[in-house]
Amino acid sequence: MKYLLLKHYRGGPEPVVDYGTIDRWSPDEVDAHMRYMSDFAAKLQSTGEFVDAQALSPEGTFVRYDGEGRPPVTDGPFAETKDLVAGWMVIDVESYERALELAGELSAAPGPNGEPIHEWLELRPFLSNKAETAE
Amino acid sequence: MNPAALRELVPAVIGVLVRRGADFASAEDAVQEAVIRALETWPDGSPSHSSGGAEPVRDPKGWLIAASWRRFVDARRAEESRRGREVAVAAEPPPGPTPVTDDTLRLYFLCAHPSLSPASAVALTLRAVGGLTTRQIAAAYLVPEATMAQRISRAKRRIAGESFDRSGDPATVLRVLYLVFNEGYGGDVDLAAEAVRLTRQFAALTDDPEVAGLLALMLLHHARRAARTDAEGRLVPLAEQDRGRWDTGLIAEGVEILQAALARDRLGEYQAQAAIAALHADAPTAAETDWPQIVEWYDELLRLTGSPVVRLNRAVAVGEADGARAGLAALEQVDPSLPRYAAALAYLHERAGEHVRAADLYAEAARAATSVPEREHLTRQAARLRHPRP
Repeated sequence: MKYLLLKHYRGGPEPVVDYGTIDRWSPDEVDAHMRYMSDFAAKLQSTGEFVDAQALSPEGTFVRYDGEGRPPVTDGPFAETKDLVAGWMVIDVESYERALELAGELSAAPGPNGEPIHEWLELRPFLSNKAETAE
Repeated sequence: MNPAALRELVPAVIGVLVRRGADFASAEDAVQEAVIRALETWPDGSPSHSSGGAEPVRDPKGWLIAASWRRFVDARRAEESRRGREVAVAAEPPPGPTPVTDDTLRLYFLCAHPSLSPASAVALTLRAVGGLTTRQIAAAYLVPEATMAQRISRAKRRIAGESFDRSGDPATVLRVLYLVFNEGYGGDVDLAAEAVRLTRQFAALTDDPEVAGLLALMLLHHARRAARTDAEGRLVPLAEQDRGRWDTGLIAEGVEILQAALARDRLGEYQAQAAIAALHADAPTAAETDWPQIVEWYDELLRLTGSPVVRLNRAVAVGEADGARAGLAALEQVDPSLPRYAAALAYLHERAGEHVRAADLYAEAARAATSVPEREHLTRQAARLRHPRP
C-alpha cells in the first residue's frame, strides 16, 4: 500500500524542537541534513519501498477559472499562509505500522548541532484505483 | 511465438538451469535477461537464426535455454574474474533429465515462500513463474522499475538458502495468486487474466480441492468483469449488472470445477467463496438469487475462517434473505472499525426505508473508502438518496 509522507514548511502541530529555518544552519549542518534525506531515499530504493520524492519551491500561486474567454485569475503568494507544503515522499509498504516507522525515521533528520529535528511529517494513505473484486 | 507463449516457457527454463547446477537467483536473472533480449530482438515474436535472417527458430524453448545458459555462464565468469578466481563453470551444460512439471510446481512454492512479504512474493511469482519483465510488473504496481528490481532481488536473497526441491503449503501459493487476481488491470498487463492462467497451471500440477476452489472462484468473478463497470468506468453493483454480459463459458467452467472439488468433501474457504459466487451466477435475475443458501455458505465460511469481513458480508446476505431488520441485527455482531462497515450499514438502512439515515451513512462510507471507484460509487449513492428524481 502506498503512503504520502508530506513535509511542511509551516502548518501541522507545534514543533517540539526549535530548529529555525534551514538557511540559518551552518553549511555542514545543511549538508548533513541533505545527506540524511538522500541516504533515506536510497535505503528505501534498496528495500523496494521507494516510489517518488519531490521538493517544492515555497513560492506558489493560487489560480482559478474566471469565466468563458477570460484568462485565469491568479492570487498570492501569501506570506502568511498557515500551511505550506515543502515536498513529499511516496512509499509503497506492507503495512501502516511500517509507514509509521519510516516516517519516524525521516523525522529524525539532523538539524542544528547534528541533533534530530523531530519534524512533524504528515502521513496520508493513497486511495487505490482498483475496486475489490469481491461483491 | 508471441510474448505470451514465450512467457510460458520461463519456469521450465529456470528449472533446466537449476538442474544444471545454477543457483535459483542467478538462473532466474539469466532467464529474465534472455526474455528481455528475445522481446527486443524478435520483431514478429519469433527468434531468427541470425540478425539478418527471417527464418524462425523451430525450437523457441531450446533457444531460450541456450541463451539463458550463455548469460548465466557469462555472469558467473564475470563474477569469478572480479574475485580473481578460476572459472569453474563449463561452457557446455552437463546432460541430464529435466522433469519440467515438478520444477514449475517447485517454483510456485519457492516464490510464495512464507518468509517473503506478500508484495515480494507477488513480484517474484510474476517474474519467475509468470515470465513477466520487471518493467511490466513495476508498471502494473505503479512503482519505479528500480524499486521493483530491488524488491525482487531482496526476495531472492531472502530465500537463497531454501532448497529448490522442497514442496510447500499450497495455501501460501493461493494467497499470492489471489492477491494478483485482485489487482485486475495495470499497465499493459492484465493481472487478473495472468492470475487465472497461473492458477490454472497450478491446479493442473496439484491435487488439492482448495486450488480448484480458487480457480473456480476466479473464473466466476472473471466472468462478470465486463458487467462490473459501465461505459464511463463506474462500478455497477451485482444486483444492477446486465447479466447478459456475463461470460457464460467461464461460468460453466467455474461451476464444473467447483462441483468436482466439492464432491471430494474437503471444504475450504476458497471453495465456500466460489460456492457463493456460483449461486450469484446461477440466478437469472438479482431477485431470483437464492439468498438463504448464500447465508448458509457464509456460515460455513465464517466457521472456516472466523474472518470479520466474512461476518460483515454475511450480515448483508442475511438482510437479503430475511429482511433489512434481520440484516441490521446481524451487523450488530460486526466490528464497526471494518473498512466497509458504514457501507453495509448504509445499504441495510436504505433497504429498511430510512433514506435520510442511509444517505448520511453512504457519505460516511465514502470518506472511509480505500479505493477511488468505491468512493465514487458511495458518493453517488448518497447523492441519489439526497436528490431523488421526481
